[in-house]
Amino acid sequence: MLSIQNLQAGLADGTSILKGINLEVKPGEVHAIMGPNGSGKSTLSSVVAGREEYEVTGGDVLLDGESLLDCSPEERAHKGIFLSFQYPVEIPGVSVSNFIKTALNAHRAARGEGPLEAALLLKKMREKLELLEMDKSFLSRSLNEGFSGGEKKRNEIFQMAMLEPRLAILDETDSGLDIDALRIVAQGVNALKSPTNAVVVITHYQRLLEYIVPDYVHVLLHGKIVKSGTKDLALELEERGYDWIKKENAGK
Amino acid sequence: MHNTLLNLYAEHEADLARESGDAVASKRRAAIDRFEALGFPTKQWESWKYTSLKTTLATEYTTVPPFASASQHALEFKDLESYFLDELDAYRVVFVNGVYSSWLSSTTHQGIDVCTLGSSWRKNPEWLAENFAALDELDEPLVLLNRALAREGALVHVPKNTAADKPIQIFYFTTADEPLFAQVRNIVVVESGARVEIVERHQTLNGKAHWTNAVTEIRVAPNAHVRYTKLQNDLSTATLTDATFVHQAADSTAVVNTFSFGGKLTRNDLRFHLAGSNAEAHLHGLTLINGDEHVDHRTFVDHAVPHCTSREVYKGVYDGRSHGVFNGQIMVRPQAQKTLAFQQNDNLLLNDRAQIDTKPQLEIFADDVKCSHGCTVGQLDTDALFYLRARGIPETEARALLMLAFANDALAQVELPALERKLHALIHKKLGVSVA
Ligand SMILES: Nc1ncnc2c1ncn2[C@@H]1O[C@H](COP(=O)(O)OP(=O)(O)OP(=O)(O)O)[C@@H](O)[C@H]1O
Ligand SMILES: [Mg+2]
Repeated sequence: MLSIQNLQAGLADGTSILKGINLEVKPGEVHAIMGPNGSGKSTLSSVVAGREEYEVTGGDVLLDGESLLDCSPEERAHKGIFLSFQYPVEIPGVSVSNFIKTALNAHRAARGEGPLEAALLLKKMREKLELLEMDKSFLSRSLNEGFSGGEKKRNEIFQMAMLEPRLAILDETDSGLDIDALRIVAQGVNALKSPTNAVVVITHYQRLLEYIVPDYVHVLLHGKIVKSGTKDLALELEERGYDWIKKENAGK
Repeated sequence: MHNTLLNLYAEHEADLARESGDAVASKRRAAIDRFEALGFPTKQWESWKYTSLKTTLATEYTTVPPFASASQHALEFKDLESYFLDELDAYRVVFVNGVYSSWLSSTTHQGIDVCTLGSSWRKNPEWLAENFAALDELDEPLVLLNRALAREGALVHVPKNTAADKPIQIFYFTTADEPLFAQVRNIVVVESGARVEIVERHQTLNGKAHWTNAVTEIRVAPNAHVRYTKLQNDLSTATLTDATFVHQAADSTAVVNTFSFGGKLTRNDLRFHLAGSNAEAHLHGLTLINGDEHVDHRTFVDHAVPHCTSREVYKGVYDGRSHGVFNGQIMVRPQAQKTLAFQQNDNLLLNDRAQIDTKPQLEIFADDVKCSHGCTVGQLDTDALFYLRARGIPETEARALLMLAFANDALAQVELPALERKLHALIHKKLGVSVA
């Protein structure tokens, strides 16, 4: 369903960050992307989600065979792309519930449907909060403002649960989570998995992958996927770090 | 223009004096003399540094004479309904082209007085003479001009221990075929223990370069409470120069909300005099303009006695080539110990042609006080914008949501649900999104 083909992207000033990425994600699959700091993982997810600050200089990103590159971030969201942010943005003055309502109704409007009835919306929010063991007092708080690191990440997955995307990219959703929260968030992600949607998890730690078991693990280094394997690769990275991969690629 | 106005005064001086009595007549005389000496303000003046009246003054105006009679206009209630607050049971004092329209108004003398200056010069001359030009202490040409020539406007008098049973809407509509220059004045007196809520609006109904020069005097007696909201959403051809004076006695609360959403040039002088202890003043403003619009807020809070609180929050969002000015002066006099004064001015510039000049000015002469102020100028947060869009919220709506969130605290002193609805509708319209 998602096909990233020789994707090259960078900053407006010409700095190149992604240097030819290839990735095929099929329905029902879970892919993990690992890689050292600064290798381009968040840039990749931002480019897929449509962040205009990055310039795509080559290659393509296709969803169901159609290029996403000319689509705005909101259009991509309507097509089913969801990005759980590594650093969720604090937006004072916008409540979580108002935000979710606006987002959900924007998705519906894009499908030609009217706004969701208030009672149904509330019911759905309650269900998803329960799934993620979140208190309903969250709903009236300003979006991410004063949230702890873990609360922010949980809130991302709550939004994902509400929007039911086809392709979710989770950018370090595990960092900042305590052990219980990690389990709960992973359960939340697993509950949303189906044969028709897919998940890309970006992580530094093997632990998350014990809960959300990947079909494939990829290593991103200097803007390129330099190694792909099964979940065993994640174990190996945990044990050995990235040096051996860097050495393998040093000559290339 | 200057001469025309001096002649207009000379022509009507005797009639004005006959109507308003000797005390007011000598105030008018002194004012016109001072106006004659000063002339109109220019950008060389410190108080007009960022606002030029040049284009406004270049217009050929018809001046509204003090004793103008009702003009021929075909305005009907239904034409104006959209400007009124929907479903709000309220008193209404409506002026058209500077002249009172009884047909469009709904006034009262039962329990409280909601009427006009024009009629009160006849019915209640002594009371009016005592309250006319009693608070407008500013030595500024436009205030002086108004003092000399204005004799019409809304009058609100709420007697002791009375809560006005309904809110009051004051409207000035202008429909004249030629640019009109009008002097209008509102007088609000809220006696001790009384309470009232007022919404004021100036609105031109055709694209002519009308100019309204308004003064409002609000006297708040001990333990009285007043909430006064200015809704400025005029066409981008209109000029409004407005000066509002609030005088607060002990234990009183006064709120002035100023919502400036449109007009070619808007100048708001807002001056609070805290003269009794435990008085509480709230100055809230939200400016939302674009195109070539210009809004200049100049506020002054005078803490003259101990134990008073002032809270001032002004926010501005500037698009197009619009220009905002905020000059917030707070004076804490030596005797005003235990003053609490807070001032915040935050601005968003939506593009690099829009402009804001912001200047907080705190003068603190007492030592046991808590005063704070801050001002910010920024752009819309692109990270936040991407976050919202990545959740499927279309760009215009996402921008509007962020601007609304930004503006939020400026709306904190709006309590009438009908007013709140109206404001939200106007803000959404201004931001180009449909009302959710
Ligand atoms: N907006 C930007 N401006 C400047 N440099 C940027 C920007 N975005 C990314 N970069 C640079 O591109 C490189 C890749 O960054 P990216 O955030 O994608 O890394 P990452 O793999 O997600 O790292 P981490 O594991 O630390 O989250 C880094 O060197 C980063 O500094
Ligand atoms: Mg990252």
